[in-house]
Order: sequence, then structure tokens, then C-alpha cells
Amino acid sequence: MTLIDVIFWFFAAVTLGSAAVVVFSRNIIYSAFALLFTFFGVAGFYVLLGADFIAITQLLIYVGGILVLLVFGVMLTNKVVSVDIKSGTLNAGVAMVVVSLTAGTIAGIFYATEWKTAPAEMLQPTTAGELGTMMMTSYLLPFEVASVVLLVALIGAAMVSRRDRSKQEAA
Amino acid sequence: MPVIDISLAVLLLPLASFTILIFVGKRLPRGGDWLGLTLLTACLGLSFAVLYQRVGGPLAADVLRFNWVDFGDVPLIGHLQVQLGFAVDNLAAIMMVVVCLVSTLVHLFSIGYMHGDVRYTRYFAYLGIFTFSMLMIVLTDNFFLMYVGWELVGLSSYLLIGHWYEKKSASDAAKKAFIVNRIGDIGMFTGIMILYFTFRTFTFDDIFAMMAAGTVPMGSEAWLTAAGVLIFCGAVGKSAQFPLHVWLPDAMEGPTPVSALIHAATMVAAGVFLVARTFPMMTADALTVIAYVGAVTAFVAATIAIAQNDIKKVLAYSTVSQLGYMVMGLGVGAYTAGFFHLSTHAMFKAGLFLGSGSVIHAMHHAMHETHDHGDPQDVRNMGGMKKVMPVTFLTFLMFTLAISGVPFTSGFLSKDELLAGSLAFGQTTGHYLIPVIGFLVAGLTAFYMFRLVFLTFFGDHAEAGRAEHLRESPASMKIPLIVFAVLSFFVFWSFNPFGSAGSWFADALPRPESVVPATVRAADAAEFAEAMHHAHVPTIVLSLLFAGLGILIAFLTYRKKSINADAVAAKFPGVHRFLLNKWYIDELYDATAVGWTLATTRVLNWIDANIIDGLVNGTASWTRAIVFGYDEHRKDTAISARFFLVTGLVVAVLTAWWAGEWVFSLENVPGGWFGAGVFTMLVGVLTLFFFWSGAGGFDRYVVDGMVNGTAYLSGFFGLLLRKFQSGRVQTYIIFVLMGVMVIFYLIR
Amino acid sequence: MHITLTHYVIVSALLFSLGLFAVLSRRNAILVLMGIELILNSANINFIAFSRFGGSDMGGQAVAIFVIILAAAEAAVALAIVLNIYQRFHTVNVDDINKLRE
Repeated sequence: MTLIDVIFWFFAAVTLGSAAVVVFSRNIIYSAFALLFTFFGVAGFYVLLGADFIAITQLLIYVGGILVLLVFGVMLTNKVVSVDIKSGTLNAGVAMVVVSLTAGTIAGIFYATEWKTAPAEMLQPTTAGELGTMMMTSYLLPFEVASVVLLVALIGAAMVSRRDRSKQEAA
Repeated sequence: MPVIDISLAVLLLPLASFTILIFVGKRLPRGGDWLGLTLLTACLGLSFAVLYQRVGGPLAADVLRFNWVDFGDVPLIGHLQVQLGFAVDNLAAIMMVVVCLVSTLVHLFSIGYMHGDVRYTRYFAYLGIFTFSMLMIVLTDNFFLMYVGWELVGLSSYLLIGHWYEKKSASDAAKKAFIVNRIGDIGMFTGIMILYFTFRTFTFDDIFAMMAAGTVPMGSEAWLTAAGVLIFCGAVGKSAQFPLHVWLPDAMEGPTPVSALIHAATMVAAGVFLVARTFPMMTADALTVIAYVGAVTAFVAATIAIAQNDIKKVLAYSTVSQLGYMVMGLGVGAYTAGFFHLSTHAMFKAGLFLGSGSVIHAMHHAMHETHDHGDPQDVRNMGGMKKVMPVTFLTFLMFTLAISGVPFTSGFLSKDELLAGSLAFGQTTGHYLIPVIGFLVAGLTAFYMFRLVFLTFFGDHAEAGRAEHLRESPASMKIPLIVFAVLSFFVFWSFNPFGSAGSWFADALPRPESVVPATVRAADAAEFAEAMHHAHVPTIVLSLLFAGLGILIAFLTYRKKSINADAVAAKFPGVHRFLLNKWYIDELYDATAVGWTLATTRVLNWIDANIIDGLVNGTASWTRAIVFGYDEHRKDTAISARFFLVTGLVVAVLTAWWAGEWVFSLENVPGGWFGAGVFTMLVGVLTLFFFWSGAGGFDRYVVDGMVNGTAYLSGFFGLLLRKFQSGRVQTYIIFVLMGVMVIFYLIR
Repeated sequence: MHITLTHYVIVSALLFSLGLFAVLSRRNAILVLMGIELILNSANINFIAFSRFGGSDMGGQAVAIFVIILAAAEAAVALAIVLNIYQRFHTVNVDDINKLRE
């Protein structure tokens, strides 16, 4: 067992373990914090897979952006002081069965598939430059569309989340 | 004014009388009797005008024709149209005068006779419709309107016979008259249809013209004879010829003036008129049949008349006998004589009936005053009427002389011609039975008529106390009698009292040319006329002999009492009873035709009640049983429980057999022969179950099961899905995922 | 035992399943969103793993970047919606928000 293997198993344990906490925790705050570790774990995978830029982006956006956003959401929609902070489950049994089935299916497929893998190349020191070139060349259109989507999402989110003042005025 | 227009006016005036009287008659003063009388008098005047214009003029008829309906070209038939019309020839003109004259005088007589009747106005209205229908028969130039009029006179006759319908005998007599007439009419109808089938027209002249050109019905002379005899069947019914004469004596239940008008002078003469109208198309065979029917009728009726005691019954049988005479006259070929006798007979027979009406009227009132509930029509209750009713007596005597064929009367002229014709017929064809019967009947007629006169008017009245209550009838009843009596003298018919040859009547009404093929034609007209001429003098001698003998016997028996009638009757009890009961013809009909009809109706009724109804009810019961299963509580079901169960068993076995044959013929049956056997048994048991429980069982358990099952499943899934239809997105996603999984594993 | 592509994709599958379970069963809308993030992450792992073991093509990483971008946008919009719902219904429990049923 090489060091890489050990690291993989470590990250796998962290990711799946924290993800399990996220999913199964009764306290939404715990979920939010566990999610932090999941993102970290995933970022670790990225690093292992030689995607350093993606890993950094993962940390920046998920941990710094999305997770904070989610925590905000938790805080704005749940009265922390009240006992209702705990969140129950719905259709847990059925969902468990279906999910287990799905998981088994997907895992089984992945396990049974003879993946045509290429021999691993030398890991480049960094992928940022190449990714940047790709964004500006072959992925230019998706990049621009993504930019627009982000802008729209930004404006839209702001629009949706603010109080409907015009309606109140009209009333 | 053209003859035809006047004739149409004559035709329509009585109809106007009927229409007015039936609708508003009751509101008119005196019930509107004056209206009917006035209109009929106008008719009489107009018909005299027509006769005056016609007689001495050309023989060709005045004709009015019109298309009644025109269907154009009808598939399979060709051009189909019905042409109707009216034609006034001398026959029609004379008949028209006869009808109008009798009708008018009967109207006048009825004013006195029917005074105070409950349905006085209606009675006059019926007289109007009768006169109209009778004139239609007389004036029409085709079989179609003839048949219409024929049925209409039948209807009016029915209505008038049943005028006092509260009396059961009257309503029965009306029905009898109608039904018996119907039998004859069916024959007439068939005859008309035979002619129409070939000639495609109803018009007499067209048919005769085509016949003269050689066309015969269905291309066979036999059919022509058949058509002639069948049309004569109508006359047999209407003119009360043997064997359909039974209705006429019963028809005397009607008011006596009606008997005079309808059942003596006009309607019953319609049959004779019909034979005269269709005379040209009668073959020799048909004429022979007609002659024999007439002769038999004359004889049978005359014999019956001898034994009758009801004054109207005697006259009724006398009428039947005289009608037989006329028919016989036409049948032997004495066309002119036959119709001549019709005309003269109309006068004196109408007079006889009116005279008897006058007597009955007096008797009725006298009996009413003496509170006697006897029969005012029975001659045994009369006698000595001569003294109290001189006018009635004298006129009645005149009529009796006329009908007996005493010289210087009209009856002598016509009867003499008739008998001469029959004698000529006997000589030319060898049918001597006809003249023998003819002379015999002449004697019988004289006998029974004088018997009537002696019993009614001579001697002492049967009940002394009643005699002083008898009164002569009022003027309205005396005038018609006097008119008829005057018309019974020879001078109005022929200036020669011993022969009508060369009279206006004989000139106006020559025997028409036969149109039938020469092979079936009766004796040549000229040859017959020659024979008749030679027979003239012997006939006079013979007929006077027979008539005188009849009068003499009647005188000796009923006046001098030198012959005891009862003793004679007792000597021949069988004959007397036979005649008294009218040859038992009514009883014969009761036993045969009526009995058979009743038996047939009983059989048909049984078939209807048991077989037809059984089928219907059985169908219903079976349907019910099959649908709902056998219900033993329903006792009205036509099938027994055991029968139903056994039937079910049979059906089940048959079905199982059929299913077994099918399943054992298959090659790969699951379970082999065992499986096939089980299947067969199952089919049998299921069939039995469903039959016994009824198709309703099948309905209940299978169809309803399927329907309810579907409904239940739908409901079940609905409830199930309703649970899922939670509005929760997550639940939906679970289903989506499930679906994905299912699809994945399905297409893997 | 050497770490191969299969290990990564199986980890990814498990992560996906966990996220799916959160989406399917948790009542809190925020937790549902977290589940979605987990699913997106599992997808990203796959992209990058295939990219790494499929011949070091950088396309997978590029797609991963887009996924992250969209995830951010999704999170922003979704949270905005959640907040709006909260304002309206005073709850973020998805099973209470079953207006769709009517």
C-alpha cells in the first residue's frame, strides 16, 4: 500500500463519513459543518487526481461561497434558539431502499465495467495555465454562457429573495 | 239545360238534405222534415225533366267524365289512372225517376208515420243519404263509383233497419243485413278486380268496347263467365236472392216506410239494376246461372210467404219472390221485361208496404188505446179493416191486383212480358223448368196476396173492442198511397192494356247488344224476340189461369171458408212447419256457416290463448329465467322448476361435450389428457352454474365482476396513487428514480 | 492494491447516493440543497477521475469548472427561492409546501 493509497482511503473516509453526517444528522447546523469536511475531502481527491486548480476552486467557491450561503440560509430560515432546528426525514424507509438500489446499481456497473484507461501521464505541476488557455479557446462559448448564467443568477437571486415591495406598495 | 247537369243536381240535392239535417236539423222547425221533402220534390221534378228529355230522343247516354287520380307511369303496372264519371242513359233516367218518386212519397208518408219519433230528424237525414247513394249507383258510368254507392246504400240500409236500435231484434237485423250483404259484395269486388286487371279501367262503356273488340279477361271466356257470376254475387246479396235472401225479412224491423223505400222499391232493386247495367258482358252460362238463381228465389220466397202471419213478413217474402222474378227475367234475356217489372213493382210494392204501414199505424194506435200488448203486425189480429180504412183498403187492393197480374194493371203488363221471356227461353234453350216455376209463382203470388187482403180487410175484426178505436190514416199518408195506386194502372206504362210492345218504355229500353264473344253469347236477340212474340198469347192465357186459380183458392179458403186452412195445414204438418220456418234456411246457416265460424273462432281463440300467448309468455319466462335465474317464487312463469333444471343439465352436457371435443383435438394441452378432462369438466360445471343461476349469474359474476373489478382496481390504484400524489416533490423524485431503475433493468 | 479509476467512481457513486438520499428524504429545504451539492461534487469527482485516467485530457477539468460555476449559481438562486418560500409559508419544510397538490 503506497502513500497515495493511504491518502486516498483517508480522503474517501473523510468525504463519505462527513457526507453521511450531512445526510443523516438531525441537526442542520451539524450538517452544514459536516458539509465543510465533505468539500475538503473532495478537494483532496482533486489534488490526488492532479487537478490542483479545481481543488483550489472547490475550496474557494464551495467552502467560501456556497457553504457560507447555505449557513446563511440555515440561519435565516431556522430559529436557532428554538428546538425546531432539528429536521426530520420524509419517506426515509422508501428513500433508503430506492437509494440503496440505485447505489448498488451504479456501483455494480462501475465495478463491473472494464474501463479503458490510458497510462497515467506525468503529473503537470499546475493545470491553471492550460485550463485558462482552454477557457479562452475551445471552451470559450460555454465560458461566456456560464458568465451570463452567473450574472442572471445573481440578479435573479437578488430579485427573488428580496421582499416584494412593489406588491406591498400596490396594496 | 243539359241532361247531365240536371242529373247531377238530382244526385246532389239529397246529399244536401242529409248534410243539413244531420248537422242542424234539430234546430229547424218540425225537425226539418219539410226540408227533406222539399229537396226531394225538387229532385223528382228534375228527374221527370230528364226523363222527358231522354225519352224519344237518341239512345246514346249523356256522359260526364273526369280523371279522378292520375299516377302517371307506375312501375310494373304502366300508366295508372282512375277515370270516374256519370252517364245518363234511358236505364238511368227511368231508374232515377223511380228512386226519386218512391223517395219523395216515402218522405211524405213518413211525416205522418214517424210523427213523434225519438230520432225523427235523423231518420229524414238517413233517407237523404240513402237517396243520394242510390242515385249514385244509378247515375255512375263505372264500377268504382258503383261500388262506392253500393256500400253507401248498405250503410244507410244498416242505419235505417237499426233505427230503433234499442230493440235487440232491430240491431241484430241491421247487423245481419250488413254482414250478409258483405258476403255478396266480396264476390262483386272480386269480379270488378278481374275486369280491372285486364281492362285497366272501371268504366262500363270502355270495358264493353274492349270486349266487343275481342278482349276477354285473362284471355279466357271462362274468366268472363266468372267475372259475370261474381258481379252477380253483389246482386244476390243486395237483391236478397237465394241463398242470401235471409236478411231481407229480418230487415222489416226497420220503420215501414223504410221497408217501402229501401227494402221493396229501390235498394233491393239495385241488384237487378246492376245485372241490367252489366247485361252486355254476361255470357250465356252466366245468364243461365242468373236465371236459375232468380227462379229458385222466386219459388222459395213465394212458398214461404204463404205460411207467414206477419203482414210485413208476407210482403218481404213477396218482395224477395218478385226480385227473383226480375232477376230471372234478366237471366233469360228478357232485359226490357225484367227492368219493366222492376219499375212497376217499385210502385205497387212500395204502395203495399205503405199500405201495410197505414194498417199497422192504425193497429198500433188502437192497441195503444186499448192497452193491448199484442202484435200490431199479425194478420190474425186484424180483419174488417175495409170499413174503417176505405182509402187504404182500395189502394191496397189495387196493389194486390197489380202484383197478382190481373189485367189492366201495370203488374199484368210487366209480368206478362217476363213470363213470355221465360217461356221463350225455355223454347230456345230447353230449360223448361224456368217457365214452369215462373207460372207456378204467379199463381202462388196471387194466392198469398189475396190471402193477405182477405185476412186483413174482410170479415170482422179479430177483437171487437178494438174496432171502434181504428182510424183512417192522415192525409200525408193517404196521398202517397193514392199516387202509387194510380201509377199501378196500365195507362202510364203502355196504352195497350194487354201488351207493352211498342210502348214508350219498350222503345226507350231495347235489349242492349251483347259484347261477349260469339261462342259464349246467349241466344240471338232477334230470334229471342221472335220467340217471345209467339209466346205472348199463350203466356197471357196461362198467367191469367194461374193467377185466377190462386185468387179463387184464396177466396174459397179465407173468405168463403169452404176450405179449412188449418185442416190443410194439419194434413201436411211437415210441409206447413217447413214453410212456416222459412225452409229452415236460417237454422241451416246457424248450423253451418255461423256454427263453423264460431267453431273456427273458438279454435283460433284457443290457439291464440294457448299457443301464441304460450310462445310469447314462454319467451318472456325463458328470458327471465335465463337472465335472472329460475325463481321458484314466481309462480306465473310458464316453465316448471324441474323442466328448467333438466334443460340446464342438457345444455351443460352439450356444452361440455363440445368443449371436450375441441380441447381433446388440441395437441399440446397443459397436463395432457388429465388437463383436457379437467377443462371439459370445468366448462360443464360452469355452464350448469351459469344456466341455473341464470345468464344473470353470468352477468352478475363475470360481466359485473369484470366491471366491478376494473372499477375496484381503478379505485385501488387511485387511492394508492392518491397517497403518492402528495404534492411533495421528493416523493415524485422517488418515483422518477424508481422508474429510472425499472427502465434500466428492463432495457439492460 | 493500487488505486484505480474504479475506486474513484465507486466513491463518487456512494457520495452521489448519499446526496440523493438527502434530496429524497430530508424535510428541510436547506438540507435538500446540501444533498444537491453532494451530488454535484460526486459528478465532479467522476469528471476529474475520467479526465485523469482517460489520457490526461483537460476537458474533464474544464467541465468540472463549469459544474462548480453552475453549482454556485444554483445555490444562490435556490437559497433565494428558499428565503422567499420562508417569507411566504414561514417554513422551509418541503413536505409542508405541498401547494402543488391542489
